[in-house]
Amino acid sequence: MSKHVRTSIRFLLNGAPVELSGFAPDLTLLDWLRLERRLTGSKEGCAEGDCGACTVLVGRLIDGMLGYESVNSCIRLMGSLDGTHVATIEHLDRPDGGLSPVQQAMVDHHGSQCGFCTPGIVASLHGLWLADPEPEMADIERTLQGNLCRCTGYEPIVKAAQAAAMTVPDRENDRLVAAHDEIVRQLRQFADDTRVEISHPRGMTYVPADADDLARLYADHPTGTIVAGSTDVGLWVTKQMRDIAPVIHIGGLEGLQMIEVSDDAVTLGAGVSYSAARSSMTAAFPQMAALWDRIGGEQVRNMGTVGGNIANGSPIGDTPPPLIALGASVTLRQGDTRRVVALEDFYITYGKQDRQPGEFVESVTIPKPAEDAFFAVYKISKRRDEDISALCGAFHVTLDAAGAVETARIAFGGMAGTPKRASRTEAALVGQPWSWSCIQAARAALAEDYQPLTDWRASAEYRMIAAQNLLIRFFLETSGAPAQLVRNPEMMEA
Amino acid sequence: MDAKTPILQPDAAIRGGAHEARRHDSAHKHVRGDAPYIDDMIEPAGTLHGWLGLSAHAHAKIVSMDLDAVRAAPGVRLVLTGEDVPGVNDISPTGRHDEPVLATGEALYHGQPLFAVIGETREAARRAAQLAKISYEVLPHVSDVVAAMEAGYPMVTEPLTLRRGDAAAGLAKAQHRLKGEMRVGGQDHFYLESHIAMAIPGEDDEVTVWSSTQHPSEVQHMVSHALGVASNAVTVNVRRMGGGFGGKETQGNQFAAIAAIAAKKLNRAVKIRPDRDDDMIITGKRHDFHIAYDVGYDDDGRIHAVDATFAARCGFSSDLSGPVTDRALFHADNCYFYEDVRLVSKPMMTNTVSNTAFRGFGGPQGVVGAERIIEEIAYKLGRDPLEIRKANFYAGPGRDVTPYHQRVEDNIIARVVEDLEASSDYQVRREEILEFNEMSPVIRRGISLTPVKFGISFTATWYNQAGALVHVYQDGSIHLNHGGTEMGQGLNTKVAQVLAAEFQVDFDSIRITATTTGKVPNTSATAASSGTDLNAMAAADAARQIKERLVAFAAEQYRVSPDAVRFEANHVHIGDLSLPFAGFIKQAYMGRVQLSAAGFYKTPKIHWDRASGTGRPFYYYAYGAAVSEVSVDTLTGEYQVDRVDVLHDVGRSLNPAIDIGQVEGAFVQGMGWLTTEELWWDDKGRLRTHAPSTYKIPLASDRPRIFNVKLADWAENREPTIRRSKAVGEPPFMLPISVLEAISMAVASIDDYRQCPRLDAPATPERVLMAVERLKDSAGAA
Repeated sequence: MSKHVRTSIRFLLNGAPVELSGFAPDLTLLDWLRLERRLTGSKEGCAEGDCGACTVLVGRLIDGMLGYESVNSCIRLMGSLDGTHVATIEHLDRPDGGLSPVQQAMVDHHGSQCGFCTPGIVASLHGLWLADPEPEMADIERTLQGNLCRCTGYEPIVKAAQAAAMTVPDRENDRLVAAHDEIVRQLRQFADDTRVEISHPRGMTYVPADADDLARLYADHPTGTIVAGSTDVGLWVTKQMRDIAPVIHIGGLEGLQMIEVSDDAVTLGAGVSYSAARSSMTAAFPQMAALWDRIGGEQVRNMGTVGGNIANGSPIGDTPPPLIALGASVTLRQGDTRRVVALEDFYITYGKQDRQPGEFVESVTIPKPAEDAFFAVYKISKRRDEDISALCGAFHVTLDAAGAVETARIAFGGMAGTPKRASRTEAALVGQPWSWSCIQAARAALAEDYQPLTDWRASAEYRMIAAQNLLIRFFLETSGAPAQLVRNPEMMEA
Repeated sequence: MDAKTPILQPDAAIRGGAHEARRHDSAHKHVRGDAPYIDDMIEPAGTLHGWLGLSAHAHAKIVSMDLDAVRAAPGVRLVLTGEDVPGVNDISPTGRHDEPVLATGEALYHGQPLFAVIGETREAARRAAQLAKISYEVLPHVSDVVAAMEAGYPMVTEPLTLRRGDAAAGLAKAQHRLKGEMRVGGQDHFYLESHIAMAIPGEDDEVTVWSSTQHPSEVQHMVSHALGVASNAVTVNVRRMGGGFGGKETQGNQFAAIAAIAAKKLNRAVKIRPDRDDDMIITGKRHDFHIAYDVGYDDDGRIHAVDATFAARCGFSSDLSGPVTDRALFHADNCYFYEDVRLVSKPMMTNTVSNTAFRGFGGPQGVVGAERIIEEIAYKLGRDPLEIRKANFYAGPGRDVTPYHQRVEDNIIARVVEDLEASSDYQVRREEILEFNEMSPVIRRGISLTPVKFGISFTATWYNQAGALVHVYQDGSIHLNHGGTEMGQGLNTKVAQVLAAEFQVDFDSIRITATTTGKVPNTSATAASSGTDLNAMAAADAARQIKERLVAFAAEQYRVSPDAVRFEANHVHIGDLSLPFAGFIKQAYMGRVQLSAAGFYKTPKIHWDRASGTGRPFYYYAYGAAVSEVSVDTLTGEYQVDRVDVLHDVGRSLNPAIDIGQVEGAFVQGMGWLTTEELWWDDKGRLRTHAPSTYKIPLASDRPRIFNVKLADWAENREPTIRRSKAVGEPPFMLPISVLEAISMAVASIDDYRQCPRLDAPATPERVLMAVERLKDSAGAA
């Protein structure tokens, strides 16, 4: 048992500490900022984490180091802020009240027109400015993936981001940089390894003290909602007003932040965000680098987790297809009992996973492909970035010494009620020489593996033709013929 | 240079005068988050909040509405239905009485507001609204424009026919003839700030409404209409909108009317802000069109006859669909002379939200039809579409009359295109692309140059008027108010620059103030790109009136000729004497000079007879052209825009920075319309793309990788507009038709450019791939 229970969360808001208790389990940071604190600089544009008008920076200690990340305050639940520093647009100017380099560059380059998206854009670019003194074009575009602007066409905003990077020598004059040591000191003080319990007429909010405490809590409250990044659960609140209590926040649990890289696998704790996993994952699986930067927008990647992407069981999650193709497994924990399940078996049917009451995803282990294996993942969406897959296909093929297919693991999202392997397609490939004719046979088999649906993202017909054509793309690329578009080719060479 | 010729360069003597590339007046506030929008304003004590209850069906008889549980829910103060509207339950902007504040008896689209809940908090109202028990008798519905025509649905307003010559005879005698169809999707405005209204009750029957609206006067009229009070009881204010794009021309009426009714009933301030989903479901969008064309042309690609029908999905009511579909016809010629022509509009009723104004106002749909015709001819003749364009440009006498019988007197399109073709290296790049495509099995590229000619003026001629109110205070500071509204387009900045130039004072001595019906009455919508043309003229008129009084005062006081009084560099020069502006103003006040004036302007020369389809609806035209280059993945239909070059005509720019911002922004917005922005209704008539998770507007990473935007610095308006500038809001929206056609060219390469791919819009990756598949099939068959 944890020794203590705290009945309030503690965090820094801009320049001052806040202690907050008795809030609703579904209270969002944006509503609290705007309605309770009258900090109206952050705007609500969509309340679903897609437009970025509500973007704020959240600083947290990871391995003792303070890092700031842009997040969507509209879907960020208050309970997740325990032990963090929330910096809103009201805190991103200079201590003397002057404009920050990002703000000044936005003014100088005419980066605002109506101005409603602007505070969020400034917050996102401020995060980039803090983290990367010399951003490439691809970095700027990636940073802005989660910020919609309807007026400018973005050109002046991108120019402002480039110009702001030029003012690096002035960094010490930034509020967050100047107060860094003091903020670290205060955040360390907040970290007291106690469980947080917040009660409200609409239900409880829990922040477990550690992973073991989580296991106990969830065993006690198996109908509770585990929230890691709230990039999905946040929408249950804002879009559907679903009752999510009791809420158990795991995003800040150090015990779930593990990233283990061995010679043959990468293991990610369930609380590791996409952003935190990015360097390890793209180093171990360079074929997943392009996909990784197309999952949600930057704010969503800063909050969302691979564990959550798996656990919510969505048929259109971006990570399950490649993870299934690689033969990943999930470790499920219930109390002190753990079991390991192959990811492909975790998905039973639409909306149903192999997860018992009180059991939660603790980690996922992703084997690296053999050095001579062919592996690729392709996401197709209406808009390239920050869009949900129309379909996502992952291909993992090994050849024997004679050049015939030895093993094939192919998985698709968006083609069935769950992320699903293409078993007939795989069977059509195995044993066949890796050739154009074997691909043609596989394309025909694919039509037997899936009966995709028509919806607003794509028609069934398109999904099938595109899925079949991705087999061709995969084959061409394994033959060394580049067969897809690249937005920023200079980055690929670097 | 004669005295009437406008200045070429910004005034060096003052800061922030006309023609200076000055920042937006609120930019420094935008970046700090302290430019207040209506939801940021400090609420009066006791402010209540509204939420709307919506129809669950696309077309249904409302059998009963049991709202008891809603009324009994915690925090609920009032529930309103259409029966509770004290005045007239109608907000039809054209007086057709076809758009209720809250529907009664019958729901005509899925999401139509049926009742409003007013609660202590927005959340309380929202939760309560879910408790309504409404029983419906579901009726057959039609969502699609073609289905509406097939089902014999009515039109929401009178159609228009434009004709010149004899289209049937022209078609019959033409060397070649082709027929085709095109579908063009609609578009959600996706202003980042959703609709919002806050009504504050006043004494007697008065009410003040803060509304995110492009048309405060109309909101005033609608609120007074719904309340059953005179217009003078209603004051409507707006300082700024978080984007409008036409979506706030009429669509704010409903929220304002409901907030005002509730505020008067409860004697409390009432705010209504729909969330993004409800905003997208409840408010109208760009009209989707079905275009059918029949064209006669010759071996040289010259068009002789056009007979085309433009049918639009208008939704359940007329709203602005009449003028929108009219404008589609006005632009169905784009830059091209049609010898014999008949153009017909069909504003079809559908069981969908009532479509409305959106940047271009039907014009883009007309232009896209014209450009499809060019494309068809080019592929039929095996020629570069640019050659066909040039062969059909409006030209001198005999080839300068539009289908609505207005002469094109200010035509500069040939020069714009010639300059752009050279500066963008179009010909060389096109050759390179043709070579590339021969060698590249999967990735294909395309390039296209498309022109734009866009008519400027409201076609509702009486709308072309504007007022301004200018005060000069005793300390020389200036208060500027005008009838236009600021939605990000920089209108206030431009008008203040003009005023600074008129008085020859620094921009910073001018205070920009919220638009209000109480200061400038009877205003027109800030729409049709006309904001600066109209309001800056009105402000300049006000300045001239004050200056005339000041000159007369100075001449009398200092015994000089009026000619000897000049305003220059923050000073007033009177003979040899030079006084600081502020000091002189103090003297004028002491001399009892009236330092305030109401300015007025009405656009000259224009007239329009809709019955005969003839007149001069447009004061002038704005021109531009763009070259777009794209790459297309023929396995998936994915594409990217590699390079765009734009040359655009804004006359003599009042503010090149703001104008370039308008061109770039319009381009990317128009590109979204033609590529990734897809409105998708399901078979129950429900819009399923009603939030950014499902409705995809362009991102920074969608903008052209290379984006060269230039203003035609040699251009000036032939007409004496404000400092010879031209309107800029809408015309560049049509430039990205070049993106659509470049994608089309890449697709056409599949069949060796032998057929027009007939790529409909939006050209989503799916539509592109399906076009590729079509062409592969016919290439295989050939």
